Amino acid sequence: MGTLGGAGLAAAVAASRPRTLGMEGERRASQARSSGLPAGGADGDSPGGSAPFPGSSGSSALLQAEVLDLEEDEDDLEVFSKDASLMDMNSFSPMMPTSPLSMINQIKFEDEPDLKDLFITVDEPESHVTTIETFITYRIITKTSRGEFDSSEFEVRRRYQDFLWLKGKLEEAHPTLIIPPLPEKFIVKGMVERFNDDFIETRRKALHKFLNRIADHPTLTFNEDFKIFLTAQAWELSSHKKQGPGLLSRMGQTVRAVASSMRGVKNRPEEFMEMNNFIELFSQKINLIDKISQRIYKEEREYFDEMKEYGPIHILWSASEEDLVDTLKDVASCIDRCCKATEKRMSGLSEALLPVVHEYVLYSEMLMGVMKRRDQIQAELDSKVEALTYKKTDTDLLPEEIGKLEDKMECANNALKADWERWKQNMQNDIKLAFTDMAEENIHYYEQCLATWESFLTSQTNLHLEETSEDKP
Amino acid sequence: MGGYNRALSLSGSPGLAADQVLRRLTCLPTPGSVSSCSSWSPPGLPAGARRWRAEGRASQAETLVGRGRGGGGAGALGSPRRTAAMEQAPPDPERQLQPAPLEPLGCPDAGLGAAVGKEAAGAGEEDSGVDTMPHNNFWLKKIEISVSEAEKRTGRNAMNMQETYTAYLIETRSVEHTDGQSVLTDSLWRRYSEFELLRNYLLVYYPHIVVPPLPEKRAEFVWHKLSADNMDPDFVERRRIGLENFLLRIASHPILCRDKIFYLFLTQEGNWKETVNETGFQLKADSRLKALNATFRVKNPDKRFTDLKHYSDELQSVISHLLRVRARVADRLYGVYKVHGNYGRVFSEWSAIEKEMGDGLQSAGHHMDVYASSIDDILEDEEHYADQLKEYLFYAEALRAVCRKHELMQYDLEMAAQDLASKKQQCEELATGTVRTFSLKGMTTKLFGQETPEQREARIKVLEEQINEGEQQLKSKNLEGREFVKNAWADIERFKEQKNRDLKEALISYAVMQISMCKKGIQVWTNAKECFSKM
Repeated sequence: MGTLGGAGLAAAVAASRPRTLGMEGERRASQARSSGLPAGGADGDSPGGSAPFPGSSGSSALLQAEVLDLEEDEDDLEVFSKDASLMDMNSFSPMMPTSPLSMINQIKFEDEPDLKDLFITVDEPESHVTTIETFITYRIITKTSRGEFDSSEFEVRRRYQDFLWLKGKLEEAHPTLIIPPLPEKFIVKGMVERFNDDFIETRRKALHKFLNRIADHPTLTFNEDFKIFLTAQAWELSSHKKQGPGLLSRMGQTVRAVASSMRGVKNRPEEFMEMNNFIELFSQKINLIDKISQRIYKEEREYFDEMKEYGPIHILWSASEEDLVDTLKDVASCIDRCCKATEKRMSGLSEALLPVVHEYVLYSEMLMGVMKRRDQIQAELDSKVEALTYKKTDTDLLPEEIGKLEDKMECANNALKADWERWKQNMQNDIKLAFTDMAEENIHYYEQCLATWESFLTSQTNLHLEETSEDKP
Repeated sequence: MGGYNRALSLSGSPGLAADQVLRRLTCLPTPGSVSSCSSWSPPGLPAGARRWRAEGRASQAETLVGRGRGGGGAGALGSPRRTAAMEQAPPDPERQLQPAPLEPLGCPDAGLGAAVGKEAAGAGEEDSGVDTMPHNNFWLKKIEISVSEAEKRTGRNAMNMQETYTAYLIETRSVEHTDGQSVLTDSLWRRYSEFELLRNYLLVYYPHIVVPPLPEKRAEFVWHKLSADNMDPDFVERRRIGLENFLLRIASHPILCRDKIFYLFLTQEGNWKETVNETGFQLKADSRLKALNATFRVKNPDKRFTDLKHYSDELQSVISHLLRVRARVADRLYGVYKVHGNYGRVFSEWSAIEKEMGDGLQSAGHHMDVYASSIDDILEDEEHYADQLKEYLFYAEALRAVCRKHELMQYDLEMAAQDLASKKQQCEELATGTVRTFSLKGMTTKLFGQETPEQREARIKVLEEQINEGEQQLKSKNLEGREFVKNAWADIERFKEQKNRDLKEALISYAVMQISMCKKGIQVWTNAKECFSKM
């Protein structure tokens, strides 16, 4: 805990640590639970298993952690420097977004030092060809200081199917928690080739975000399936997958779920009605914003394509004009520079805004599913209550069952409420950041163009000053 | 549409061009200002707002033809496209300061007319007195010409069918130097076809001059927003400006400005068409076929004209290309801006369900709307820039016309020389009795018997007369040709300088437009960013 705390402190100072947002809940949780000095920092460079941390204590209270911070300064510093390299995701993941903007996207500035103890990166997509199919796997590197992990560093390869499995398990275990969304299976419109580079890169980033959001979630981060996903070897994972309810039974569940959730809507408490309204409207709006943002990107791209042709024409023209050569060439170079600025603006948009908006589109679908599942539990409860009231069937066991269901309902509702607040807070921050970034990109773009044209004008003015002074006798 | 007052005079110096640019550069728009310092002033400004005259230069009696401009700047600047007319003789301040009464029509100043007539001699006009204007008083006064309004009209055309057309109001003002007031002297309505008639007339009577082109008849190089409809108000407005520009160019040309038909165009509404047609200029026009023939067959055209022809082809091709791409770029830019407007609507709807983010979203949405609507003005300004380039696109054709005339004259000369040479040879053969050249007469006499010595003498005499005549003609054709080349080249030099100034100015004004657009963009997005960060 100590070094990470120290690292956290230093990070707060450095203010540029890549980590995902919204960590209040789980930060406290991880503070309470993570243990001892991570040696992960020390041997951070060696992949695969390494010796368990020296001197790790079983548990440490918050106070103890802070005390450790203060006492072991030197160690902290040393480890911090190694941790710094850890935290600089770039060092082991060259495909991580390196632009400050996208990193800022992932920062939440908080008063308390960050105590994240689980770092995940997704990179290195690789294509695998078998006789039946071709698929892509992604490398997942996990670095952690948690005691429940056998080691401090793990490297595994996973394919999209595995992610789907993980999501399913999480939903099963926590039906009314807001599970982070996965990128879509495939995007129908405009997708020519399933394995087109842009598509893979976009997906990789989204998968990275997915895992990190889970890691940051106060409850989900301790999910067992999540741990297995991050650490198990390929064969371990497939054997683990085979356990648990089969596909058919799960399918049967969903059909029942849909039917019963309709009943659950009737008795939905007021606060959940409000929540549902919000979700519906939000979903509409975010979908529209997604469409608008994609369209803006498309228009900017087409503008860029035309601009590329515009500058060279002036160069062509300068070939036939003796007296205007310099002016025309200068205009051409200004146009080219503006062209580059527009390209940069486009890429900023696609890094900062589009993925965030799209994630929330997927989130809004996720939220509707959560609502349904809540309603389904409600429906189950209500039907049992009804049965008891009207003594339709054998009512001996009913009260007990109802009791259990009532507990379940209460838990589910509370979990959802808490998670909802957390989600809303995150959403606000993410959206605010994304749009602020977009505005910043545009300001920067116009500033660059302005500078280009102003310097052109100045050079023309200077030219004329020279000429007129030459004219004067 | 307000009137745009133009100051005009005959004198000026090329050195002012630099000044013009300098002063234009100092009138950059301030941040947040909506108007851009573009070449074209936005319509709707009061007539008085656009009075460009040579303040501070009156004593030198130098005025530049001004064109209303947005932004400050000294009075002497107007459109740097307006060349100060090049006077061959230095301006006489005295004459210009005195408001002199206009000479009545029909009293051509024979002396001056003859002098000017020499300029027009290249066109082969001997009776120049009719076509050139007594220029002593009228043109040395400062006058302002403006095409101030456009009106839709219906009337009956030649086939007695109803038609709709646009008429333009041309106002001419003479400016009193002493008190700076301007008095409306003439005001009449003309339609586009009359402008065309004027230009065709000028082309015939001044073939050695690069005659200013008219604005396009139909909208070309449009991007999607502009309609290609001739009745579209934006198109009509831009054409109005183009027609005014045309008149100003003629008025500031040292030679063309003196033309009487031009003067009548500005002053005599009724009967003008008949007057023009009475000059019989259509008959004097060279046939297209003849010109084409000459182009192919001429053996020794002046190299400078050949080069000029190539240049004008290149100019035309590159400007067309540029205008096409510019139109596409404009189209795309329009798309980018307008899509942002959708944000405004959605943000405002979304803000209804958000407690904390609501205000920020709402106000950010408003800024998105502002951003989206700002593109309309930006592109309208750019359209005027495109018009400036288009003028030179059409000038390329005027250049080619001069080259064609030269080729025609040269070809004519070559044919005359050839004809003379063959006649001389014939004569020689007859005299010496040797038959080296084929002639029908010679063949028939051979076949059917010798001709008598008397007959031969008669033929020699005829030939000698023809040879004499031919030599005279050749001499005068040579003279004409040289005069033409000299005068044409002088005008071409003038044109080149005008073109360089104007194009440079246009490119600079393009930069100014871009700067204004960037400043607007920075402002809007800074506001939006603030709203976003408050969410």
